[in-house]
Amino acid sequence: MSEKLDPKGKGSVLSGLLRNQIFIPFAALILLALFNLIADPTFFALALKQNSAGSYILSGNLISIIDNGSELAILAIGMTLVTASSKGQDISVGAAIAISGSVLLRVLCGDNTRPETIQAPIFVGFLAAAVVSMLFGAFNGVLVAYFRIQPMVATLILFTAGRSIAAWINNNELPIVPGEEFTYFGGYIPGIPLPTPFLIAILCFILTWLMLKFTNIGLYSQSVGINEKTSRLNGLNPELIKLTTYIILGLCIAVTGLIKVSRLSTINYSVIAKDIEMDAILAVALGGNSLSGGKFNMAASIVGAYVIQFLTTTLYKFDVQATALPAYKAVVVIALVVLSAPVVREKFSRLMKKLRSSNHAAAESA
Amino acid sequence: MKLKKMLSLIVTAALCTSVFAGCGNNGGGTASTTTAAPAGTQAASSGKLIKVGIINNDPNESGYRTANDKDLQATFCEANGFDAKFAYSLKNDEQITAAQKFIQDEVDYLLLSAADTAGWDSVLKDAQAQGVKVILFDRTIDADPSLYEASIVSDMAKEGETAVEWLKSQNLSKYEVIHLQGVMGSAAQKGRSGALDATAKELGWTIVTQQTAEWNAEKAQQIVQAAIDSNKSFNVIYAENDDMAKGAVAALDKANISHGVGKDVIVMGFDCNKWALEELLKQNWNYDGQCNPFQSSYIKDIIDKLEAGETIAQKTIIMNEKGFDASTITQEDVDNYGI
Repeated sequence: MSEKLDPKGKGSVLSGLLRNQIFIPFAALILLALFNLIADPTFFALALKQNSAGSYILSGNLISIIDNGSELAILAIGMTLVTASSKGQDISVGAAIAISGSVLLRVLCGDNTRPETIQAPIFVGFLAAAVVSMLFGAFNGVLVAYFRIQPMVATLILFTAGRSIAAWINNNELPIVPGEEFTYFGGYIPGIPLPTPFLIAILCFILTWLMLKFTNIGLYSQSVGINEKTSRLNGLNPELIKLTTYIILGLCIAVTGLIKVSRLSTINYSVIAKDIEMDAILAVALGGNSLSGGKFNMAASIVGAYVIQFLTTTLYKFDVQATALPAYKAVVVIALVVLSAPVVREKFSRLMKKLRSSNHAAAESA
Repeated sequence: MKLKKMLSLIVTAALCTSVFAGCGNNGGGTASTTTAAPAGTQAASSGKLIKVGIINNDPNESGYRTANDKDLQATFCEANGFDAKFAYSLKNDEQITAAQKFIQDEVDYLLLSAADTAGWDSVLKDAQAQGVKVILFDRTIDADPSLYEASIVSDMAKEGETAVEWLKSQNLSKYEVIHLQGVMGSAAQKGRSGALDATAKELGWTIVTQQTAEWNAEKAQQIVQAAIDSNKSFNVIYAENDDMAKGAVAALDKANISHGVGKDVIVMGFDCNKWALEELLKQNWNYDGQCNPFQSSYIKDIIDKLEAGETIAQKTIIMNEKGFDASTITQEDVDNYGI
């Protein structure tokens, strides 16, 4: 009896795992980790070293991944919500980061592009940047929700104009923020060996988890994404919910902008966060979420973001030729996306079921 | 049918005006050559403004472009006797449309920094037919040289050679270079990479890592970080622009690797941003190669010559470009050459 139950139990755990969405990005992560483990185990080496400021910090490829992948993970939160509710993606994220970073620098540096000390507390600067990028988020949201423009078309406006707006905010100058304090957000706080971007990301994850747990925004945005009409009949306001998701994405953009600008204490309007919108969308897709809206799994998107950074760091580590880098990346990404496609997954789990039932039959006959 | 008629009407109208304009231009030209030269230049500054159409890349593209645009705006102003119109785009087709518009507006000179090298033949022929003189700056194009008056460019290969020559003169006991490349295929990347590749092959330098950071500081930081994390030994960072050098330095600082004059790692950048030259002055970096964005004085020189009826002897003018060494740079250099 127990012998008969055992394989069945194992199988259901496995298929349950397979059916769980978060399995996909995790499987990709494990595959990449395995590849690195076989190719060069020193990839995972961690060391506690002193940096030039004199404080001890952890370093190693893993730290680089959680450090540099954090911005993308934060963006993935907002992008997941936007995708779920509006059945489309915001492609103006990179340009909006440029705007938000530019506002932050403008407030911190004042009229002078090279001030001796910062002209306003960092918190005030961040608040201003957050308000501006939430306004831009609302602009996108209004176009999508109330004017019913396709998200990609609506956000194309900001995608095209955003970097020029960012440059205009600072009169096309490139201000440099003075002082050590500002570098903490993109670097290390003295005494803490973990990179601050990762800590900020963790904070964002916790806030998101609380938001999804204690408000209905997750449920509502999914139901609007699945069927707008039914949602309206059930007393929801689809327009308002879509708008809210775009504003939340605006907040995510402001946080990302703070980290990006802080990394170098300055900005370059044309290259800051370049093409990050594509990576953010990819993170959502790698998480196994449908890009045509509806149900989502937030944790899977976040893991997806770190998978992308894992891949980037791996490629840098193995000195892939510069001209071939995008091709390698594309091959891996295609493989991951195809594997995570619902069709493939369904086929796979059906295959598992078949195997299990034949196993079962074999056990029965024996 | 109606549309066709309208179109043909517009085209004839445009042709007529352009023909008249051509006459006017010629008249002006002969007038200035018959009068004495100083009177001619005076007429240019006091009377009729010289109409200039400037087609450039987006000034937000980089610090280089911002400085380039500012320089052009400052030179081609009304006080200097110019009526300048500007058009910006990073896309070739938009630039061509802008050029056609300028030709229709009957500008005297068309200044062009083309986004792409191909596709300019027909529009330049139009310009020639209308008597619009074309001067290329910053970037060359694949067109017959007879279609433009002059081309004022940077020699990226020479920039690279100057930098590599400087590196060679440092006489290091070993050369282990991290090479951070710009966007693959761009003129600056090709020129600056070419020089290093050739010398490294010839003298047996080790290229520890060669990767494109696409002019991006953050990517450069990640690449250098990856090299440090895999315990690679290196003593030179050859970054093809200042931003990438800055990113590399951020990674070095994180790992407590000293850099600059007399330190463990030599840092080299390009473009001479003001902040980069200040890093040189502080001896945190070692070398910065100039990519001269100040073409306007060269262009103005050519326009003055053409207005005076002189011919341009040399079509392609390569600008003087310097390389700065941290041990010899002065505050004056920073103020004069920083962009």
